[in-house]
Amino acid sequence: MDDFLAARSQMALSLGFHIIFACIGMVMPFFMAVSHYYYLKTKKPVYKNITKAWSKGVAIFFATGAVSGTALSFELGLLWPEFMKHAGPIFGMPFSLEGTAFFIEAIALGFFLYGWDKFNPWFHWFTGVVVGVSGIISGILVVAANAWMNNPTGFDYINGQYINIDPIKAMFNDAWLSQALHMSIAAFCATGFAVAGVHAYMLLKGKNKEFHRKSFRIAAAFGCIAAILQPLSGDFSAKDVAKRQPAKLAAMEAHFYTEKRAPLIIGGIPNEEKQTVDYALKIPGLLSFITHGDINAEVTGLDQIPKDEHPPVAITHYAFQIMVGLGMIMLLISILYFYSLWKKHNLMDKKWLLKLFAIATPMGYIAVEAGWTVTEVGRQPWIIYGIMRTADAVTPMPGIVYSFYLFTAIYLSLSFIVGFMLYRQIKMVDTLYDISEDLSNKQS
Amino acid sequence: MIYVVIAFLWAAIWLYLLLGGADFGAGILELFTSDKNKSKTRKTVYRVIGPVWEANHMWLIIAIVILFVGFPKIYTLMSVHMHIPLVIMLVGIIARGTAFTFRHYDAVVDDMQVVYNKIFQYSSFITPFFLGIIAASTVSGAIDTEAKDFLSAYVYSWLNWFSIAVGLFTVSICGFLAAIFIIGETDTEEDKRRFIQKAKFMNIAAVITGGLVFIIAYLEGIPLAQWIFGNPIGTIAISAATLSLIILWKTIDKKNAVQLRILAGFQVSMILLSLTYEHFPNIILLKNGEYLSLMEYQGEEKTIAALAWALLLGSLFILPALYYLIYSFQKKGKVH
Repeated sequence: MDDFLAARSQMALSLGFHIIFACIGMVMPFFMAVSHYYYLKTKKPVYKNITKAWSKGVAIFFATGAVSGTALSFELGLLWPEFMKHAGPIFGMPFSLEGTAFFIEAIALGFFLYGWDKFNPWFHWFTGVVVGVSGIISGILVVAANAWMNNPTGFDYINGQYINIDPIKAMFNDAWLSQALHMSIAAFCATGFAVAGVHAYMLLKGKNKEFHRKSFRIAAAFGCIAAILQPLSGDFSAKDVAKRQPAKLAAMEAHFYTEKRAPLIIGGIPNEEKQTVDYALKIPGLLSFITHGDINAEVTGLDQIPKDEHPPVAITHYAFQIMVGLGMIMLLISILYFYSLWKKHNLMDKKWLLKLFAIATPMGYIAVEAGWTVTEVGRQPWIIYGIMRTADAVTPMPGIVYSFYLFTAIYLSLSFIVGFMLYRQIKMVDTLYDISEDLSNKQS
Repeated sequence: MIYVVIAFLWAAIWLYLLLGGADFGAGILELFTSDKNKSKTRKTVYRVIGPVWEANHMWLIIAIVILFVGFPKIYTLMSVHMHIPLVIMLVGIIARGTAFTFRHYDAVVDDMQVVYNKIFQYSSFITPFFLGIIAASTVSGAIDTEAKDFLSAYVYSWLNWFSIAVGLFTVSICGFLAAIFIIGETDTEEDKRRFIQKAKFMNIAAVITGGLVFIIAYLEGIPLAQWIFGNPIGTIAISAATLSLIILWKTIDKKNAVQLRILAGFQVSMILLSLTYEHFPNIILLKNGEYLSLMEYQGEEKTIAALAWALLLGSLFILPALYYLIYSFQKKGKVH
């Protein structure tokens, strides 16, 4: 493995790791706020138990996300110094605002986690909401920086110089809205499905039904609404990418030749040498329609893009297929769920539906990782789209491969420990929270 | 506006040294506690830093964001030549934060606790040690931008006796700050005495390692004494720190928590002031004798203005909230 590949792998690993923890930190506070609200309104101890059980999970994920995020702010410079030297002053604005948002999040989390029975209950509840809101703001701001890499604006690039820098204009780049929307909804969808899935599994095992049923309902509502909204935002993103980054769109679709009435290619194995996609399902005209709203519109293919500016087609295409495929499955499950709710079927007796949710537990996060791969790999070979190549940004220090091994070891063991702890948390729910209503009423 | 940004940079480093330092120090104290009292110390440490530790470490992120937005060339140069100590520091930060959280939130209490504790204690030592090394390397004149071989470009840029001494000094300062801070948080007389003992021990360690820093600087030809005592501000700052140290030793047994904290905070602030004053606005001293100046290497005017406004606006939110967080948990901590 050469140093360049090692640097890219380390960055991908760090971001791929961080993104999961960031999503949970953004979304879980809202789930907690809902159950906490029910507790304050109804005084039913089960809601307090749910809030407390979830908050323990959040504390674990938040701490891991916070430190992996700290690491990232250094890794940007450690791995890509040439990029940061030029990009820092241009796209730094969202980062400096994100500092504030994240700071507020950390402060609010301190109040929330350690404030039980110490403050006015509604102030305590409010601090939980602040954790969620500032988390979402942080996420949106970080995505603004990433969107700038896809749509670099707010400066003039003349003779290799970055001049007339306008950081505000750079922050409000055209890619921000579609990317931030897609990412935020994805966070809700993925976390909703993951949490609902775990509780569905516990319901199937028939343990602690009251606790898991109520938890499941809250998480599933968030996850399913997000899953239904996501295709709309995906459509918005696709049109946006088609307009600004035709190479990325062509790689996503494995669309080698420019053509009118372009087909949507589903599945298949792209062959970059022969420029064909084998074993794919092709729906004529649909790609033209999705990207330009007209089945006869011309869609730019990779043939219009210089060979040395092609992103890796196969990876981008597969990742895109995985993301869309999983999104569709989650959409179907969501429709089924709401349909059953509407028909007032007793859901918790429908084992098949709970099984579907249990199976879908990791789907949202796999889709998030796949979508992240699409946007990052699809931008290659550029680190700043059309301006700076990733290969020109890498650190001159040799031996990055060892740093990559080190971070791989750390993140693997952290994932293992977090998984292990989560397993123990869930296992302990019975002992910690399985108390009958009367008894717990007396206790609380 | 550049002065606003520089003021925030200095304040972020200062607050990180005080708050983050006390936070690291809590782990260092745990490391140097006899096995008999370890769990007691652990409980006190948890109660004191639990609600605030994450906020304490935000100052480091603020400082780094100011550097890469406002002074990208300086950030880049440090990232390249300090790569190795920065990575070790990051590993320390990751290990420490996660171990601290895991040991409290693990639903089952078993042998894993031993692992979490060990990781927390050692990373509490290693992280500020390498922070000290990095800080020392900015002024030790060891960064050689023209170096061709790996060792001189990426290892000798930070690995020398001077930076090691500063690393140890930083560790002692952190332990000292933590012990002084915790004195006011303890419930029993016995605990108070234990932490006063620790504060004295850490203070002696700081004086010894501080002396070591001066001796090594002299031996290696780093004009540290001249930087500090060559101007009235530095001389006054160090004299004031020494004076407050004497007051602190005279009054430590009276256990007036607020007074002790002010004295300790004042000392550390004076040390930082004396170290940074002479160099201002230079921030990095290179091997070839050149300086990287904050004034000369600042980003474009619009960037600096936007950054300054973002910081001013942010502090409107952060400072009151942070103050209320620290204030309320101190008050509540005593009641419960």
